[in-house]
Amino acid sequence: MDNQGVLGIFSYVDLTVKAVRKLKDEGFKNLRVFSPVPNHEIEDAMGEPESIVRFFTLFGAMLGAACGVGFTVLTSSDWPIQVSAKPVVSIPPFIVIIFELTILMGSLSTLLGLLINSRLRRNAPRSMYDPRFTDDKFGIMVKCGKDNVKKVEEILNSQGAEEIKFDGV
Amino acid sequence: MSEQNSLTYAKVNEDVIRMLDKPTVKWLALFLPVLGFVGFGMFCFLYQVYTGLGVAGYRHPVFWGVYITDFVFWVGIAHSGTLISAILYLFRASFRVSIYRIAEAMTVFAVLTAGLFPIIHLGRPWFFYWLFPYPNQRELWVNFKSPLLWDVFAVSTYLTVSSVFFFVGMIPDIAAIRDKVKEVPRKIAYTILSLGWKGSNWEWLHYSRAYLYFAAFATPLVLSVHSVVSWDFAMANLPGWHTTIFAPYFVAGAIFSGLGMVITLTIPIRKIFALEDYITLDNYDGMAKMIILTSLIVGYAYGCEFFMAWYSGSPAEWGQFYYRVTGEYALFYWIMVVCNVLIPIPLWFKSVRRNIKALFIISIFINIGMWFERFNIIVISLSQGFEPGAWGIYKVSWVEMGITMGSFAWFFMFFLIFIKTLPAISISELKEILPVPRKEAKHHG
Repeated sequence: MDNQGVLGIFSYVDLTVKAVRKLKDEGFKNLRVFSPVPNHEIEDAMGEPESIVRFFTLFGAMLGAACGVGFTVLTSSDWPIQVSAKPVVSIPPFIVIIFELTILMGSLSTLLGLLINSRLRRNAPRSMYDPRFTDDKFGIMVKCGKDNVKKVEEILNSQGAEEIKFDGV
Repeated sequence: MSEQNSLTYAKVNEDVIRMLDKPTVKWLALFLPVLGFVGFGMFCFLYQVYTGLGVAGYRHPVFWGVYITDFVFWVGIAHSGTLISAILYLFRASFRVSIYRIAEAMTVFAVLTAGLFPIIHLGRPWFFYWLFPYPNQRELWVNFKSPLLWDVFAVSTYLTVSSVFFFVGMIPDIAAIRDKVKEVPRKIAYTILSLGWKGSNWEWLHYSRAYLYFAAFATPLVLSVHSVVSWDFAMANLPGWHTTIFAPYFVAGAIFSGLGMVITLTIPIRKIFALEDYITLDNYDGMAKMIILTSLIVGYAYGCEFFMAWYSGSPAEWGQFYYRVTGEYALFYWIMVVCNVLIPIPLWFKSVRRNIKALFIISIFINIGMWFERFNIIVISLSQGFEPGAWGIYKVSWVEMGITMGSFAWFFMFFLIFIKTLPAISISELKEILPVPRKEAKHHG
């Protein structure tokens, strides 16, 4: 049971990345890295799978296009009246509506995907967060079992953590 | 970005959050008159609602006037915000970083302003929701073949998507403010707005992806919106309107006017908040180059219109363009040409592009010129259509002027509130272009 939390605070990105790699080598997989900016080195070290948000985007955009087609075609056929000497179902003008709805729903579902997947508020307990992470510090939170707390602390210290905080001890 | 090398992560936070300090007397001295003008604009609108659209200068045959001009003008202003935030993001143009938040805020507020005008222009504004397709007891649906309805979809989508893009871009920065402010009410407000952002690897992973998709959606959207606005005119069979170059012509004009407005807005902000380290001369240089490009496109379109009118052999078309340069509205036409084509020419010189005062003056003229461009397209075309017996002159009324001034005040009101409540410069993106703090220099190889 990984019910203990250890948080190491770093000033430098290279030390943070090294610490992540070291922890992974030692078998600690339940990690969370905090940083003020997105960083590719951290992303590489963490080795997370590709973001799933793209499927939300794709699905939302396709749904939007389908809604656009259905909406224009069905409402026009519902009260068939000829306007501007065009057929009742006239595709070229409808493309504008379909296009706008594709973008609208694609964007909104991307937002939804972002909100769901980034696990806002559930990333870490409050005691495992430091306000300096939005300023200029990096942090690694390790979730581990009770027996491993000491070991994690040693690793973080040896990798240059400047401060260490504990949760659940 | 050599000029920004002296900045560090901590200094960026400090400088951006410092802008949100308690409003000064100067700020209030700007804000109160702005509120006054908004009030006057509202009074004019209520007067018009009470009296009827007759108080606007509408006379046969001109029933689209200043309100539609304002609508197109504000939609146009909105465009460069998305250009800077989304298109330049996709092109990885780093000069956008320090100005894009301001440009994006400008987009959202300009669309908010633009959205008012079709409603102000309605005879019965309280029925504006008839524009939206919804099931109703009349069992009627809207006419999807009308460009005016495309506008409803395009502009409301644009408002939604640009607001989402604006807000999502701010989440990490709002979290940074949340972590810095001490006063309890502010802390609560920023905590709610930050949605619990902590900057963890999951958050950044999905955030970066989502941001890319927003940019990828916003880019075609911005091009479509002003194309749709141009089709409001181009679809109608009227000399001066019915032409295929309208969509690219309007899009270029929109970016041109929007860049003018970005420069007009950022120069005072840069001065007041001492942001010379952030909004650098390189940024202005980049924008000025885009102004040259769009000014050339707009100038080319002006010439092209004349060529097509002449080459078409249509007397009505040629008569319309002859009337533009020599008729009652000729002054407005020449103001447009001077402001949009001639005044930007000095920007070809690097010394002018890097001269803040010159840029500010040129940008003001661009704003004026682009307002008149829309006025010319709309009003002059309507006043001389096919039938000489139905020609007429339209004069702007004081109510229209009042509402137009009110719209500028409305826009600046939002902007002034924004500058004191939300981060006007993107903290996290600015940090991305700074060197990452490292213990040891990075080894290449």
